[in-house]
Amino acid sequence: MGKTLVVGEMFEGAVRKPSLSAVSFALRLKQIEGSGFDVLMPGKGASAAAASIKGCGAGKIMTAEGADTDTYRAEAYAPLVAAVAKGGGYDRIVACATTYGKDLMPRVTAILGAGMASDVVAVEKAGDRLVYTRPMYAGNVLARMAIRTPVHVVTVRQSEWAAAPAEGAGSAAIESAAGAAPEAAAARVEVVGFERIVSSRPPLTEAKIVVSGGRGLKSVENFKMLEELADLLGGAVGATRAVVDAGIVPNDLQVGQTGKIVAPDLYFAIGLSGAIQHLAGMKSSRVIVAVNKDVEAPIFSVADYGIVADLFKVVPELIASLKKEKGA
Amino acid sequence: MKILVPIKRVSDPDNANKVKITPDGKGVSTEGLSWDVNPFDIYAVEAAIRLTEDGPKKERIGEVVVMTLGPKDTTIQLRRCLAMGAEKAIQIETEDEALDSWVVARAIAKVYEEVKPDLLLLGKQEVDGESNQTGQILAHMLGLPQATFAAGLRTEKGAGWIEATREVDGGIAKVRLQMPAMVTASDRIIGAHAVQNGVTPAGFDYPSDNVRYTPLPMINKAKKKPLEERTLASLGIDAGTRVEYLGYTQPPQRKAGIKVETVDQLVEKLKNEARVI
Repeated sequence: MGKTLVVGEMFEGAVRKPSLSAVSFALRLKQIEGSGFDVLMPGKGASAAAASIKGCGAGKIMTAEGADTDTYRAEAYAPLVAAVAKGGGYDRIVACATTYGKDLMPRVTAILGAGMASDVVAVEKAGDRLVYTRPMYAGNVLARMAIRTPVHVVTVRQSEWAAAPAEGAGSAAIESAAGAAPEAAAARVEVVGFERIVSSRPPLTEAKIVVSGGRGLKSVENFKMLEELADLLGGAVGATRAVVDAGIVPNDLQVGQTGKIVAPDLYFAIGLSGAIQHLAGMKSSRVIVAVNKDVEAPIFSVADYGIVADLFKVVPELIASLKKEKGA
Repeated sequence: MKILVPIKRVSDPDNANKVKITPDGKGVSTEGLSWDVNPFDIYAVEAAIRLTEDGPKKERIGEVVVMTLGPKDTTIQLRRCLAMGAEKAIQIETEDEALDSWVVARAIAKVYEEVKPDLLLLGKQEVDGESNQTGQILAHMLGLPQATFAAGLRTEKGAGWIEATREVDGGIAKVRLQMPAMVTASDRIIGAHAVQNGVTPAGFDYPSDNVRYTPLPMINKAKKKPLEERTLASLGIDAGTRVEYLGYTQPPQRKAGIKVETVDQLVEKLKNEARVI
């Protein structure tokens, strides 16, 4: 019977929600393999923040704070994760496929000499091996793959693994992780700044409603319309790559194959054609609404409800209608 | 400065919805689709060339070596990189199926040891396999500091460091790496001012949103540039992969729904039919 190590993620002193998607994967392994799991939570404030997820079902939560781990660097975190994995006899090492998980876990893989499955959306037992399902080709192919090494490193796609409840199943012990020396390369990287993207809206990957705009929006001014619509619905704002490239919104809002992958209850695709790279980031949404004046736009082929009209007419009307609803 | 850029050929990324699963479910067929350099890899090539040139004078001030692993006809993709301005190309001949991130990383590491570059620059992910592992695995293997998802790069003439602006969840992280170092390129690396090398004036406008165009004369001229053809076995690497692909399926297709005429109809449907607002 294996043992799973969940590698958690901190942001500004709090546990980031994607950590609980990785927990959700660990719970699934428990179901099919009977394996228990623990959480490793490195980062400044981890020992205080760990309490916020102590009911997630983990046996224990190991925290790591100090000069080597206060600021994230893969060159310091990877040897820590690898040492904890080896020391504790963990054979499944999992993190969420956020930019943190994507940056960190392959380096962990290299240290452990393991095989890795990225962006996993499902796992099952076939005979005596675990079979992972992961999307390829912008979500147009689902591959089933196995890892040949005894240790498996996995990242999971957040949109497919609903965050496990942080409160409920038991109460994990919180302890300090045994430290590990950073790689020599850690001395050759210096984090010189972090420019935070401040937003009052829910994170894209966690929002129930997402309002996304494409090239048709044309400017920062026009995009404000979508922000107003998102705020009325308590949703998040997203964008296509073209909009991010044009500097209209920050990169953190890019939805697509190489941006955020989202699957909200309701996705508004406004003034965007639906290039396959964008579809890859949103086609698992429950309900899709498309607004585009081009009836041929591919976005209509995946939309549940489409309006073929000028977005500059539709969006203000929609805002007015929702305001009226709210007032009523 | 010397930069090594590994590239991968992929089937036309804008038509990824046209790839087919083979009838036995064991393979993916890209028949009928053209091959191209993985978008993020060609961005890495463009960024590498910008780092090693005097932009306005169009003078080379450094060296870019490109490499790939793949079947023999991947020389076509390597020639394109040479035409863009790279000095040299290395092809490691192998079948695409024999590869995983681990095998690819070991092969690139071998070439790295020979080329001894200051910078190892890759695309942040391949748009076919989408594993996003190779660069980070290499960084550990070679003892290099890493900066993934770089949207901008800055260095100065003769500096031993390179600064990367990384696109990460929640913001932009800026890191300074002592070279040699490993960097992976994101979408924005081809922005007009995304790459600053301390020689090309900071205000110099690269044509944004794309890599440089390579007209026919440049492709012909590139045929004189060195292109080494080697094999995986000649590097002393067995093709023992750590992962195994068992089969492929097509995800369930979404069907087009209905068109509504008015906003009122839409709101009514969202409220009473879909029940999402």
